[in-house]
Amino acid sequence: MAREDYEVVIGLEVHCELSTKTKIFCSCSTEFGGEPNTHCCPICMAMPGTLPVLNEKVVEYAVKAGLATNCSIEKNSKNDRKNYFYPDNPKSYQISQYDKPLCYDGYVTIETEEGEKKIRIERIHIEEDAGKLNHDEYGRGSFVDLNRAGVPLIEVVSKPDLRSAKEAESYMRKLKSIFEYIEISDCKMEQGSLRADVNVSVRKKGSKEFGTRTEMKNMNSFRNIVRAIEYETERQIDEIENGNEIMQESLRWDEISGRTFPMRDKEDADDYRYFPEPDLVSIKLSDEYINKIKNELPELPESRRKRYIDDYNLTEKAANFVTSSKYYSNLFEEAVEICKNPKTVGNLIMSDIARILNEREEEPDSLKFTGKELGELVTLIDKGTISSSIAKKVLEELFNEVKMPSKIIEEKGWVQISDENAIKEVVEKVLDANPQSVSDYKAGKDKALGFLVGQAMKETKGKANPQMLNKLFLEELKKGE
Amino acid sequence: MAISKEEVIHIAKLADLNLSEDEIEKYTKDMQEILEFANRINNVDTSEMTETIAANEKSNVFRKDEVVKFENREVLLSNAPSQDEGMFRIPKVLN
Ligand SMILES: [Zn+2]
Repeated sequence: MAREDYEVVIGLEVHCELSTKTKIFCSCSTEFGGEPNTHCCPICMAMPGTLPVLNEKVVEYAVKAGLATNCSIEKNSKNDRKNYFYPDNPKSYQISQYDKPLCYDGYVTIETEEGEKKIRIERIHIEEDAGKLNHDEYGRGSFVDLNRAGVPLIEVVSKPDLRSAKEAESYMRKLKSIFEYIEISDCKMEQGSLRADVNVSVRKKGSKEFGTRTEMKNMNSFRNIVRAIEYETERQIDEIENGNEIMQESLRWDEISGRTFPMRDKEDADDYRYFPEPDLVSIKLSDEYINKIKNELPELPESRRKRYIDDYNLTEKAANFVTSSKYYSNLFEEAVEICKNPKTVGNLIMSDIARILNEREEEPDSLKFTGKELGELVTLIDKGTISSSIAKKVLEELFNEVKMPSKIIEEKGWVQISDENAIKEVVEKVLDANPQSVSDYKAGKDKALGFLVGQAMKETKGKANPQMLNKLFLEELKKGE
Repeated sequence: MAISKEEVIHIAKLADLNLSEDEIEKYTKDMQEILEFANRINNVDTSEMTETIAANEKSNVFRKDEVVKFENREVLLSNAPSQDEGMFRIPKVLN
């Protein structure tokens, strides 16, 4: 069977650390970093006789996440105990949720090449994170730091609705964006506060049955998620084409070799013997409580997107891009407030700011300047003080140091030359120096004009007003006719 | 419902217990009795009852999200058989 006859089926279990101040069951700080075992107490270290007490913010944040992803909220919820032995898990069980997750039956919408697609969410539940194991290269053992043990997580389980690595990436980006908008997590993938277990299987196109799936745990970058899915899809198709069966197993993705390897653990790994957590009482949520959270939700990307198209006349593409991140969207709104030019602000974000971030391998959350600087920059373009090519240079500067653009152009001497006499001088100089281009233009080669304008720009280090340059060149060239 | 010897061995393994032949024999019998006892509950007519999700009738016991620092790392680590740089030192774990 040809490769095109197969399709891949992907489901994601996304873990997201909540940005509460304290852990889920004790009053220790959740702050990242910190000396080992200094954000710990007898409760999160599982000392005998201690009892957990649930942090009310964890419930609130999980309900927020559920409402923002179109979930139903379970009014009669509880915690359950998931039993397994591992050195990063001090109690030898994790307090999680089994059959009564706080949120269920939701969806998010992603944009694909074939248009919008709904990805269903099976459930969102709350649980505690594990500690961290450090290894040393001298083989002296492993070292356990429990600062992260007990940091609250939500786990978002999708239905197996994703059909390509790209869709999986869009879905994960969408969740990240929503959780940033509703401010329940900082979603820093490099710090592990957003990560995913990825389930992959392949099947014949049109088949209703699912193939056997494999699971890759703890993937913490978009790039690795995409690469791992692509690799695993090919591997599974190869196995089937060679007449082998796919084993249901957990795999480890190795980003250096770009391959997956079986994790040599526990064939009984999925036998967690869940039971209701006896140290905690049930969670009962009233309509009043749920409605209050619903009413307090900030404006979500979907609504901003519509507003940008209707009120600001942004193109669909620009509106999608600007609302893809809370950081872009807030920057946009602040800047437009100042300069009243949504089109240019949108374009600068979509083209230049995104490009510079990409070159620096950074995400929008690392932007240091605000709408105040961007708004002034656009005002300076609109007033003709600087050209758009200078504006790009100012943006580059803003990434290095946050200053008002007017100050940057003053310091760098980048103010646009709009003085007609000064520009005329340059035009004459360029015409004298390029007689060939002049005769080319007169012979009907319009492209020669572009060359001459380019030379004049070079002469003025990009500072000449381009409309004025064009106009004066045309006047001069027509004179000789 | 009968419990098999294999199931007892499996459960012992999950609980990280090494059982002798005699113990396996004994626990198979004991667990069978426990299951039979528990099974009596399955015969109770619950059709008129609302679902119980916890043994404790209380609900909504919450904590405010306020940091209280536990200052004594030494005491937390004091029972560790081995420690290094403020961490528990354990036999090497392969990932
Ligand atoms: Zn603690």
